[in-house]
Amino acid sequence: MPNPPHHANTHTRRTVLKSTTVAAASTALLPDAASGAASPAAANPGDVVRVTLSVNGRSRVVDVEPRVTLLDALRERLGLTGTKKGCDRGECGACTVLVDGERIKSCLTLAVMRRGSEITTVEGLADGDRLHPVQAAFIRHDAFQCGGCTSGQIMSAVACVREGHTGSEAEIREWMSGNLCRCACYQNIVAAVADAAREVRR
Amino acid sequence: MDFLRPTTLAEALAAKAERPDLVPIAGGTDVMVELNFDHRRPPGLLDLTGIAELARWSADGDVLRVGAAVPYARIVQDLGDRLPGLAMASRTVGSPQIRNRGTVGGNLGSASPAGDTHPVLIAGDAVVEVASARGARSIPADEFYLGVKRSALEPDELITAVRLAAATGPQQFAKVGTRNAMVIAVCSFAVSLHPERLRVGAAVGSAAPTPRRASAAEEFLSAELTSAGLWESREPLPDSVQRRFGELVAEAASPIDDVRGSAAYRRHALAVLARRSLGWAWREHSGGGNERCA
Amino acid sequence: MSQPVRTPTDLTSAVAGGVGESPQRPDGNLKVRGEFAYSSDLWHEDMIWGATLRSPHPHARITGVDLTEALKVPGVHAVLTHADVPGANACGVEQRDQPVLAVDVVRYQGEPVALVGADHPETARRAMERIVVDYEVLEPVVDAEAAARGECAPLHASGNVVRHVPVRRGDQSATAEVVVTGRYEVGMQDQAFLGPESGLAVPAEDGGVDLYVATQWLHVDQDQVASALGLPLEKVRLALSGVGGAFGGREDLSMQVHACMLALHTRKPVKMVYNREESFYGHVHRHPAVLHYEHGADRDGKLVYVRAKIYLDGGAYASSTAAVVANAATLGIGPYDVDNVTVDCWGVYTNNPPCGAMRGFGAVQAGFAYESQMDRLAGVLGLDPVEVRLRNAVREGSTMPTGQVIDSAAPVAELLELVRDRPLPAATGGELDLRQMPGGVSNTTHGEGVVRGVGYAVGIKNICFSEGHDDYSTARVRLEVVGGEAAALVQTAACEVGQGLVTVVQQIVRTELGVQRVSVLPMDTSIGNAGSSSASRQTYVTGGAVKSACAAVRARVLELYSRQTGTGPAEVGRLGAELRGGKLVSSHDVLADLADVLGGDAVDETAEWRHRPTEPIDPETGQGNAHVQFGFAAHRAVVDVDVELGLVKVVALDCAQDVGRALNPQAVLGQIQGGSAQGLGLAVMEEIRTKDGKVRNPSFTDYLIPTVLDVPPMGVDVLERADPHAPYGLRGVGEPPTISSTPAIVAAIRAATGLPLTRVPVRPEHITGT
Repeated sequence: MPNPPHHANTHTRRTVLKSTTVAAASTALLPDAASGAASPAAANPGDVVRVTLSVNGRSRVVDVEPRVTLLDALRERLGLTGTKKGCDRGECGACTVLVDGERIKSCLTLAVMRRGSEITTVEGLADGDRLHPVQAAFIRHDAFQCGGCTSGQIMSAVACVREGHTGSEAEIREWMSGNLCRCACYQNIVAAVADAAREVRR
Repeated sequence: MDFLRPTTLAEALAAKAERPDLVPIAGGTDVMVELNFDHRRPPGLLDLTGIAELARWSADGDVLRVGAAVPYARIVQDLGDRLPGLAMASRTVGSPQIRNRGTVGGNLGSASPAGDTHPVLIAGDAVVEVASARGARSIPADEFYLGVKRSALEPDELITAVRLAAATGPQQFAKVGTRNAMVIAVCSFAVSLHPERLRVGAAVGSAAPTPRRASAAEEFLSAELTSAGLWESREPLPDSVQRRFGELVAEAASPIDDVRGSAAYRRHALAVLARRSLGWAWREHSGGGNERCA
Repeated sequence: MSQPVRTPTDLTSAVAGGVGESPQRPDGNLKVRGEFAYSSDLWHEDMIWGATLRSPHPHARITGVDLTEALKVPGVHAVLTHADVPGANACGVEQRDQPVLAVDVVRYQGEPVALVGADHPETARRAMERIVVDYEVLEPVVDAEAAARGECAPLHASGNVVRHVPVRRGDQSATAEVVVTGRYEVGMQDQAFLGPESGLAVPAEDGGVDLYVATQWLHVDQDQVASALGLPLEKVRLALSGVGGAFGGREDLSMQVHACMLALHTRKPVKMVYNREESFYGHVHRHPAVLHYEHGADRDGKLVYVRAKIYLDGGAYASSTAAVVANAATLGIGPYDVDNVTVDCWGVYTNNPPCGAMRGFGAVQAGFAYESQMDRLAGVLGLDPVEVRLRNAVREGSTMPTGQVIDSAAPVAELLELVRDRPLPAATGGELDLRQMPGGVSNTTHGEGVVRGVGYAVGIKNICFSEGHDDYSTARVRLEVVGGEAAALVQTAACEVGQGLVTVVQQIVRTELGVQRVSVLPMDTSIGNAGSSSASRQTYVTGGAVKSACAAVRARVLELYSRQTGTGPAEVGRLGAELRGGKLVSSHDVLADLADVLGGDAVDETAEWRHRPTEPIDPETGQGNAHVQFGFAAHRAVVDVDVELGLVKVVALDCAQDVGRALNPQAVLGQIQGGSAQGLGLAVMEEIRTKDGKVRNPSFTDYLIPTVLDVPPMGVDVLERADPHAPYGLRGVGEPPTISSTPAIVAAIRAATGLPLTRVPVRPEHITGT
């Protein structure tokens, strides 16, 4: 399903929050901070920051309060809801994305901290109709049931393969242990990661 | 809420001097949880991830200086041979994703008694480098922690690095959690052998309001090793010495009952961890091979 | 109102893969691409956000509520309380004893008190802080046994006993040569599905509401929502959004009525999403239990009698406690043949968190106790634990304590033998690998203190709804020829929660109608009730309905063929005509192309299908044919226990289960692995800890669920002993492995430690005695 058109803009204009503090000091250190004109609904220009994120190879501009997580910016502002929110505290792994090729939990970083980074979400893995080898392996091995953790598992697995942590089943398990699966498809996930690693190496 | 992203330490210190209420953020592991659950609404955040000098480690002779914003993953990858204890503790932090972003500086800044690297820093006689616009100072690790989530850091100061001597002898870190991965310490223990100084470092985590040095255990063991000439002879440690060491480590703790474990269990487990990890360290010292395995 | 963005779409696949095969999930591609539309992903132009103010107290009288300041917060559209509930302020999956919003008393920590609708979740949060609720804090009732004995102040007008089920069979004063007794406890487990509660309510022009939500049972939600809103059913339309796991926790309402109230009040679409902490307060959990057992046996280990008293803590509201009680009681002695049985099970109200459905549903709690007892009996008699079970195992034709005769396969002995006879894993040794050790990479042991133990357990679970419940499902199947290709469409209201129902439904259509291209429509209330995705029942009941609808479609095609060709119906019948590959075929010949029979028309049939009826149980004796089918699974667990630190590594967890017929062998394995892992969680780590009714660990930091390093690879033996009463002979799969996994693991820990271990989860303190 396509992303909603103009989703980010309508949303941001409606949802600007009033800051409880004076924010004048910050702009000096924020070369691309929002000006009042950039965010017409902002009562205080310091409240909202214009952030350019590079997501899945596309440059995307969002106006966010500083406290907005990368996860919320992706989901609520950019309409990229493939990245999931499961625990808000870095314990489940459902929000795993790649930032400059490294896997991180997007609930534990702010959108404003990721300016200039190259962000890859699950939506950015496939090449058109051609799935990424990890995605294809997850399907082949039935490595999910409800799918609630799957985006995070797949992003983690992409990094795990790239890091070369697929030498043994034990190694895969250690390096995939940051992603919980409540349906407990672990056996199939491990098989999928091993299989994808073989394919990528080929 | 304001957001400041300095690119040099000087800028960061200036901002912190002007706005001591700014909360520093790097890996986000602790700060973000507080923000996400609205447990904390800081007037501003000071993002340290743009400061290259904080994200570097360097060696000055035998002393390693690890920038406050060096992520755990880098410590594991780059410093496993020279700072094995710190690397072992880093390996147990959270998950691979967390280790890509979480930092020792963050561990120190939060000063949670459960932070995984604290016992290693104390056992290794680490020094915490802090700085402010007023200047820099060094705080020995065991003087850094003042209480539950309280440290010796002044409001206008930032943690810039930790300094640790490269290992001269075996080091071990062990932590108890009730899951086989991604778990907060119920209690933890670190030991460092410093044969060149005829000294033993030992510290406990998650077993007192602060991470804590097990001084009596250190002194006992150092004295035993020295008086029996074991440092040089590298003969096996008497079982009674290992046990006594464990008991003294447990006595250093003043744990509480909480949802993660009982005080009695923590004491008991610390004695076991201390006895065992001393055994592993000593076996390594005696030439029994590396006790740090996959 | 327009449609929200990201609602579920048709799931179409055009592949081979009928009943008995393992075709790909039709939602698989969407799920791996991050495009599957979960309820948390919904978005609607102009939508606002709902939030719930909850009670901080487990038990308190509300003496005043002041909304003034909250309403002043800019961006707030509505602040609602019980006074704004348009219809009946009562909900509940079985008994409507829970207010939509608290009136004058709160009975658990987290009980909803007020709602805020605002332009942003942050605004809503700020507004909630400004709602002033005055509470007079009351003493919480937290002891389930005392509540059952009537020793506590009543929390509801009916008293504190939700239900008491006695089961009486045979001689109530039987005596035996060997007697073992035990008291067991089961902690409160959480479903901990990864996708917290969420949904979107969109007000409709007809004064009704469209609700997009993740649930297990659309129609029971619809009933409750309509009643609370004071609207006729047809004005409350529910559509299933993507469900991020359920496991029982979505059988009760969470945000459904709340979002609809806000939507109707503000005339705006309202989205509600719980965070993880709120999710712990926002759904029911598995009943914690205290179980007292006495087993009497002869010297050969043959059971003479079993007596049990089981106390289930239902918490503040009934939820499905009554049915859980019936399960724990009627299945309370396990899959064993015993002539003399006395079981009493109580489910009670307390001020602890409400408890209801979770995978295993009453059978889990009893299973831990009766299997622990069997091990104790084996110990006293010096018998092998498998042997004592084999000597007592039920088989087809055995009589349950309820008097019900098991009238299909019950290969309990064979399942036990299968797990027993699997090769044991190699001893941990050779080069040290921390990942194989108890404690994992936390480096707690290099082998010191590690002792291996092996344990066995078997369990029994009723499949489908019991006790005379009118258990049915509804399916619509449409067959047509599009572009020369036969294509079918299937619609039900049965919730896909990850179990793979959409796959199985397609497989059934392929098998019955001989097509490859099958589309599954999104599930909603525009079609009849499908019952809940629980009780391991959907493949059975909705599968039965789809099969039945296919039969109706086929009959209609044959009728058309008969009419078109002048072949008499009897003659068509004799040909044994079937649909295969877009053709009507007999055993020898192609009779006709489907395209010719149908022309441009479609055949569209809807069927309602019921399994054979069950009976209520006698309230005095518990006697009756209450269950339609029983499922059985057995486990063998191998553990390495660090006996000094009390840490456990489950090394192997092998399972054998009879599934009647594996409609999708791959999905069957997934269910067995998943159910076993949840049992593992209960055995060694998962518990909502409460103190004076308050939850101490509502987060994934302190409510731990198994990681990939905690769950071992599992060997699984699947038996297929067809049940002649069930569609294709199938037997429900999802729950039985959850029951036997926990006691098998604890038995293995006992074997390693020699400790009695009467409580789950087993904590390090229990093993170390500290």
